[in-house]
Amino acid sequence: MKIQFVLNGKKITAEAEPSTTLYTFLRDLGCLSVKCGCETANCGLCTVLLDGKSVLSCSVLAGRVDGSEVCTLEGLQQEAEELGGFLAAEGGEQCGFCSPGFLMNAIAMLREWKEPDEESIKEYMAGNLCRCSGYMSQLRALTKYVAYKKEGH
Amino acid sequence: MIQARNYVKAESIQQAYELNQNRGTQIVAGMLWLKMGKRTKTTLLDLSGLELSYIRENEEEFSIGAMTTLRDLETHPALNEVFDGVFRECTKHIVGVQFRNLATIGGSVFGRFGFSDILTCLLALDTYVEFFHEGMVPLAEFAKRTPSVKERDLLLRIVIKKDGRKAAYQSQRLTKTDFPQIAVCVAKKEETWFVSVGARPERAECIQLTDSGDVAAMAAKAAASFSYRSNLRASEEYRKALTQVYGKRAMCQILEGDQG
Amino acid sequence: MEKKKRYVNAPVVKKDAKALVTGKPVYTDDLAPKNCLIVKVLRSPHANAWIESIDQKAALRVPGLRCILTWEDVPNKRFTMAGQTYPEASPYDRLILDRQVRFVGDAVAIVAGENEAAVDRALALLKVNYRVLDAVLDFRTAKDNPILVHPEENWHALCPVGADNKRNLCACGESGDGDVEAVLRSCDYTIERTYHTLANQQTMMETFRTFTYLDTYGRLNVVSSTQVPFHARRILAHALDIPKSKIRVIKPRIGGGFGAKQTVVSEVYPAIVTMKTGLAAKMIYSRYESQIASSPRHEMEITVRAGADADGRLRALDVYTLSNTGAFGEHGPTTVGLSGHKSIPLYRTEAHRFRYDVVYTNRMSSGAYRGYGATQGIFAVESIINELAEQMGMDPVAFREKNMVREGDIMPAYYNEKSNSCALDRCLARAKEMMNWEEKYPARDMGNGKVRGVGVALAMQGSAISKVDVGSVSIKVNDDGFYTLMIGASDMGTGCDTILAQMAADCLDCDIDEIVVHGTDTDISPYDSGSYASSTTYLTGMAVVQACEKLRENIIAKAAQYLDCKKETLEFDGKKVYQPEGDKEITLLDIGNRIMCNNEDDLTASATHSSPVSPPPFMVGMAEVEVDKETGQAELIDYVAVVDCGTVVNPNLARVQTEGGLAQGIGMALYEDVTYSAAGQMYQNSLMQYKIPSRLDVGRIRVDFESSYEPTGPFGAKSIGEIVINTPSPAIAQAVYHASHVRVRELPITAEKIFFGMQEQK
Repeated sequence: MKIQFVLNGKKITAEAEPSTTLYTFLRDLGCLSVKCGCETANCGLCTVLLDGKSVLSCSVLAGRVDGSEVCTLEGLQQEAEELGGFLAAEGGEQCGFCSPGFLMNAIAMLREWKEPDEESIKEYMAGNLCRCSGYMSQLRALTKYVAYKKEGH
Repeated sequence: MIQARNYVKAESIQQAYELNQNRGTQIVAGMLWLKMGKRTKTTLLDLSGLELSYIRENEEEFSIGAMTTLRDLETHPALNEVFDGVFRECTKHIVGVQFRNLATIGGSVFGRFGFSDILTCLLALDTYVEFFHEGMVPLAEFAKRTPSVKERDLLLRIVIKKDGRKAAYQSQRLTKTDFPQIAVCVAKKEETWFVSVGARPERAECIQLTDSGDVAAMAAKAAASFSYRSNLRASEEYRKALTQVYGKRAMCQILEGDQG
Repeated sequence: MEKKKRYVNAPVVKKDAKALVTGKPVYTDDLAPKNCLIVKVLRSPHANAWIESIDQKAALRVPGLRCILTWEDVPNKRFTMAGQTYPEASPYDRLILDRQVRFVGDAVAIVAGENEAAVDRALALLKVNYRVLDAVLDFRTAKDNPILVHPEENWHALCPVGADNKRNLCACGESGDGDVEAVLRSCDYTIERTYHTLANQQTMMETFRTFTYLDTYGRLNVVSSTQVPFHARRILAHALDIPKSKIRVIKPRIGGGFGAKQTVVSEVYPAIVTMKTGLAAKMIYSRYESQIASSPRHEMEITVRAGADADGRLRALDVYTLSNTGAFGEHGPTTVGLSGHKSIPLYRTEAHRFRYDVVYTNRMSSGAYRGYGATQGIFAVESIINELAEQMGMDPVAFREKNMVREGDIMPAYYNEKSNSCALDRCLARAKEMMNWEEKYPARDMGNGKVRGVGVALAMQGSAISKVDVGSVSIKVNDDGFYTLMIGASDMGTGCDTILAQMAADCLDCDIDEIVVHGTDTDISPYDSGSYASSTTYLTGMAVVQACEKLRENIIAKAAQYLDCKKETLEFDGKKVYQPEGDKEITLLDIGNRIMCNNEDDLTASATHSSPVSPPPFMVGMAEVEVDKETGQAELIDYVAVVDCGTVVNPNLARVQTEGGLAQGIGMALYEDVTYSAAGQMYQNSLMQYKIPSRLDVGRIRVDFESSYEPTGPFGAKSIGEIVINTPSPAIAQAVYHASHVRVRELPITAEKIFFGMQEQK
């Protein structure tokens, strides 16, 4: 079936099977930043923005995005570099496999809340699992980024 | 993963209802539990275009569209204010924001899953479910029905009466974002206590108790009136013990709220 | 003069950071050609069965299906998937596909097709006729059980590790010093306890994956998420029965390993498909497969006896480990050694003994997981030290201050190595201060139905396998004077590419951006045993230092030739070679460009390094846990860790290693359960059921460093990768005990176990 939607700011028409997930659909369209870490909607690696909200692309059917707007890290390179730079400055990206999903949800959080405190960050980001970092460096990165933004950058 | 030949984004409720009369049709709500299966269907029916995502409030009730996400319940100020934050409490542990941005109240209620925090919470309140064909049904009645492929009606909305109930929600999990080992929602209206317990691991049920003034005794009585079972997350005996503890705590929380 | 920028001990950002945080396609599946055949494996539903027949007729008719392979299609030469130096200690007990399947999830057939749907369909249509056999599921009954996991005649062990397939033994052995029995008999206090740890999963976010293709020369190219490219080449040669020269292994970025990818888990399947079909093939493990058919930690049951005198002196430790290697022996004979050799040496004793059996069972094969047996041993030994101190009425910190290993000690339980660098005493003092131990020990009633207890544990590990592991680098000067550093170590996200470049930059007095690091490709990279056994910083780092020293000499020699002067008159400052006492000089840039023309000596240097010793890093972990008196729920409030990894090469990366290892240790201690059905089916087969900690489950983790200086390490460095996982289980178990008076000796420490423990006390 034909799906028309806006992907990273560009109108796209593409074919998908009825049971194709958004995750597979996006990777087939070249958005290779989107990763998969489980089959059970637990890990958060496949997070993308659907009409501005962070969702698990493994749990959305491609058909659902017809007429919608989808954003992956490929479409947010500037934010990825800026926010990701804070993560890298802590050494918090480690293997990097969960970084795109983490950054996508962090971007969604920062659009919703300008100045989340530590507890809010932990709660909002709870659906993003990471096995390398122990999470502390990610928290330091986000806290420092929020402070940096507060200074008016 | 579920397989299907067609994908239909319903354009009207009538159309959706008609399509759903075919047993080969599978309604897609949040997709979160559905994707775990390996079923093959003729048609996947997407209800996301039917404007069933809303939380409306009037003097008597909240009306919540079936496609409203758990994240919407979690963050809705009025809903949480009227019901003492139980909606925030019963949703915030569910996996993560990205999950709750997809999972719907309709999917949770219609699925009647044993682990459902949402069903546990709603049962302690004066809740009704409205179907396209059958009309309004008390949630307690619907929750007793065993899920079946023969159920072809369309769930449109959930109605929660603002009957002055005070409520509290308590649960325990192995990790903070896991399924509950036990989920307890308690509500109080005048002299009546409503105690709903889910993840026993059987699906939630709600009992009523008349206030005796003795919270510990009431919690013990409530805990004794449910059946429990063991699974990976907890044993039967432990669940029973937890029900008593969290039942008591939820009652105390409500009483403290009354005083404060 | 301007002070040179130094990189060692600076928080340098990882060289690959930008690519990773911007989501660039740098991982195995991102790089796979679109036309790869999809490879999947049919897995056994039985714990032990003989395949009578496989009916492929219906499956072969599926459009798009390209190949079905069964036991009849693979070489009948046994090998091991363990990524270890040849000859491997792990027995040769595997075939790519075997007629006997030995655990629920064991490979029955390989199916490859043009798309996933075709492969799934074919898998569903394969009809396998199994003769189900009785299985050995309880590892306590495995040794000398009449049911044999490996009855086959061509099973063989290359090394004398005490293996005997006719007794279900993968290894057994004993070592010691002094007369343990006699010393224990004369102790004022003795104690004996048994501890049980489970087959925890590494759960790296990127599951096992490999793609393969034939290149222009007809060679098998293998792109794989592996920690051991060179071992993978050898193992594939053994498994496929083809010459090693026919295989090339390339490691792209890896989405985590933690030891899981020190076993060749996914590689053989696409490799044999490519060899049979000539087509590119790829296999991506599902999370389900990664949970049920991979290479988790060895389940161990460890019985410890300890004895001490009334004056607080520990006198003897006696450790017996029963290790469950599962259906295959990967890393079985070696992991078990660490359960004794890296726990007992934490203390000075008059006598010690360490005995072990490693048994085959009909469960998933175990493998290498960060800590590699030390984690299990340290849970047992540190727990018994805590229990012994409790029995003696001593503060467990004071008991350790009196008995722990110190710098300069000879460690009889650690191959009589001398502890040349050990800041364990300073680590303990600092941890005590950070935790405010004096005030918090043993517990505080918070007055709200909750009690907070504290617990402590020490840990050690090694730095590379002494006299075995090899680290090699080669470095060359390019035009304009930049360097290419070729390494065979595998950066798996830990940052070793960056750390080795930091060292090279300091050795060569240059900017780190002047060092280009090339990831591992077995055709190009110098031989390295791989990134495991806490070896890369220590061992490959030393090779970097040695290669750079040689290269400096070569640069000066070349400059002497160009400047027509004696090399003894020259010095190199990183930018130029010059005469401190004269006026001749030439820049490295000019040298780099001149060697590209009319030159007869390559401006390169290489070094290979092995170490006769494996100096242990040390650390102290302290946990504060709050227990709910009514429910038993234990919440980790605070975790303090102080590490002595020698010189900290990159403080940021070392900190994140520590925090990450602690979080995994916390998962093992509190959450990560592994249970089986009576038929041997593992229940925790997804991230929905196997609960690794989220960021809400790790409490607050605080890390500090107390550095010693290791004379045999590069810049004084030791290792850090593995040690960091070892303290949480014993420290948390003791904190829980102090809060609840319940001792949980079988992991994980769940609320339910604490609850029923408290009930028993009532």
